[in-house]
Amino acid sequence: MVNHQAAELDRVFSALVDPTRRAILARLETEESLSIGALAQPFAIKLPAVMKHLDVLGDAGLITRSKHGRTVNVRLAPAPLREAVDWLARYQRFWEPALDRLAAHAEAKEAEVRAAEAEETGE
Amino acid sequence: MTGFTVVRHIAARPSIVFDALTIADGIASWWGPHALPVVHAEIDARVGGGYRVHFRTLDGRDHQAVGEILEIDPPTRLIMTYRYTLGGEPIEDGRVSLIQIDLAPVDGGVDLTFNHTGLANAESVVSHTNGWTGALDKLVQNFGAGGERQT
Repeated sequence: MVNHQAAELDRVFSALVDPTRRAILARLETEESLSIGALAQPFAIKLPAVMKHLDVLGDAGLITRSKHGRTVNVRLAPAPLREAVDWLARYQRFWEPALDRLAAHAEAKEAEVRAAEAEETGE
Repeated sequence: MTGFTVVRHIAARPSIVFDALTIADGIASWWGPHALPVVHAEIDARVGGGYRVHFRTLDGRDHQAVGEILEIDPPTRLIMTYRYTLGGEPIEDGRVSLIQIDLAPVDGGVDLTFNHTGLANAESVVSHTNGWTGALDKLVQNFGAGGERQT
């Protein structure tokens, strides 16, 4: 189950690597539901390419698609993004205080070295 | 970037900062999320060499992170794998992630860029390291607030 979760997270991060897919998500943030045609319109790529991007986003669980008559509507599914955000937040909580201490440690060393250098040149 | 990135300015010369990253005593002075003494740190600071850091968190848990040095270019760049052999976050479950640290000299100090990515495929991470964070930040602003854990 844990591995399954990690694999999901990998899919989300992989999906987010691509700028077109991020642009699709950004658009879906502002508009609740869009047809595939409307979604594809601003992009300089052909519809099949957009469909492929939607498949990747769908596999990552970042969008849902529903059929209404002859059109397919696409919606944002924010849960996996929250998961990704949680992952980032966890590492932020881990590393930020550590890097604060790294900075304090290096700055103290720098002060020591400078004091030693000043002593050498002063005498 | 495909993970957590933070940039810190440190008012120390690059060689001093790099030593703090690549010498066991240096690592022991800062590693871990809480200001607790590191239990043990060791590093063989060369490409293909390994490191091991045993640390504790305030909840009393023991953790051990290990990894391999993939790239070391003093005093500007360090790339290493990261994996827990003890403790850690349950979601990681022994899988390998990647840490990249770059140092750029600025105003008598350095800007340290720290990136930790969770992608399993380290090569794909290295090849996709641009233009990601800003876009994610925006998504994070919208969806990060009130995000509940799915577990």
